[in-house]
Amino acid sequence: MTWTATVTTLGFILISMFVSLWLRLKLERDLIIGTIRATIQLISIGYVLHFIFTSNHWYWIGLVLLVMITVASQNAAARGKGIPWIFCRIFLTIFIVAGFTLLMMLFLHLIQAKPQVLIPISGMIVGNSMVVSSLVLNQMRQQAEQMREDILVALSLGATSRQASMRLTREAIRSGTIPIVDSLKTVGLVQLPGMMTGLIIAGTNPIEAVRYQLLIMFSFTASATLTSILMGLFVYPTLFNRAHQFIGWRGKTDK
Amino acid sequence: MPKSQPLIELREVTKSYDSPEGRTTPLKEVSAVIPPESVIALMGPSGTGKSTLFRLLNRLEDPDHGSITYKGKPLSEWDPILLRREVHYVFQSAVLFPKTVADNLNYPLKLQGKSMSEEEMARLLERVGLSKSYLTRSIEKLSGGEKQRVHLARSLSLNPHVLLLDEPTASLDPESTERIEQEMRCYREKGHTVLWITHQPEQARRIADQVWHLESGHLRQEEMKR
Repeated sequence: MTWTATVTTLGFILISMFVSLWLRLKLERDLIIGTIRATIQLISIGYVLHFIFTSNHWYWIGLVLLVMITVASQNAAARGKGIPWIFCRIFLTIFIVAGFTLLMMLFLHLIQAKPQVLIPISGMIVGNSMVVSSLVLNQMRQQAEQMREDILVALSLGATSRQASMRLTREAIRSGTIPIVDSLKTVGLVQLPGMMTGLIIAGTNPIEAVRYQLLIMFSFTASATLTSILMGLFVYPTLFNRAHQFIGWRGKTDK
Repeated sequence: MPKSQPLIELREVTKSYDSPEGRTTPLKEVSAVIPPESVIALMGPSGTGKSTLFRLLNRLEDPDHGSITYKGKPLSEWDPILLRREVHYVFQSAVLFPKTVADNLNYPLKLQGKSMSEEEMARLLERVGLSKSYLTRSIEKLSGGEKQRVHLARSLSLNPHVLLLDEPTASLDPESTERIEQEMRCYREKGHTVLWITHQPEQARRIADQVWHLESGHLRQEEMKR
């Protein structure tokens, strides 16, 4: 794809601008900011990746991974406001999940240990883990409110905080894994995944592209499950104090 | 435990809550003694701290000021899990867990890694006026009154030393209400203590040795003549 062709793609943004002006949606400013940010961010990461791929040092891969996990944790932490040390809890979760998934892939010889493969795949795993973390946090916040009485009744019957929050944690873990399980059922029928489409456009044999896509989707399933479980285990204790009293989601007024 | 010694003692207990509407203090320096083997009826308008008092006794919450002792030992020195099995709070709303009545009756013992036989569960149901056939019923198919009775039967499986009942007969017919009142009188005869929130003065007179009135955070006690 030439630079001229890349510049031509701005035409799609112009269509949106025109619609926004025509219907007075007042989206023009956001569209311009979004377009400029996307262009700068992607071109920058393009050069960074080019530099890393050519230097081929493991510590650059580690640094990129750390940056990815930090940004992802920061983003997901916004859903967990009120939970103490939420950034660290999410960081640890994504770190374990990404590390485990990548090591499994390398150990089983599913991918090659080179930056061109490790960085994009890590990015997808970290991104998926971030989305799942947000989903689990959202669900836990809702359930902590909805299941308040169930939890109090369980505690009054002599349940420990772990026993009393079992249903809440299970529900949150389920909600974190449902999207990936649903997409496993519809992939190829409803949508063609972005990575597979990208590989095919870049000239890769569709069968080869499908094999990579399956690897990603199956590893996403494992990483989503692991992320949900770890998030559930790391977050539920913060809803209780040492005396097994339910304090709920902090930062909210308690009755 | 000798009858002359207090089973539970509250000393200047205060509890407040912050809410968007402001600060409320349902309990203000409440002091009282709960003797063993007694039934105490707790009365007062809605929102005057009756349920708050139960949450403090069950240690689901702690007081802001003052102290509560059970068998002479401050509640904070008890293992909260063991305390809640001994001084047990039966919530007003009948919260049942999935799926069947048997699952619910077995729940408190399951938490302790134990289980209950079918005969024991049937006996529990009988105490609240339900037949053995209810054991396999789904909780979804129970009426409000049946749920409330299963809710109480589940608590009885713990055989708590002190039962804190929050309007246990609110959705029951007169016949079932009489049954529960009779059951609680027997429970007291066996050496247990019952605190019972009610809005009905007649019920308080029928069941209680003492009536406590909670109003504007303050407690007034009335001895019943028998």
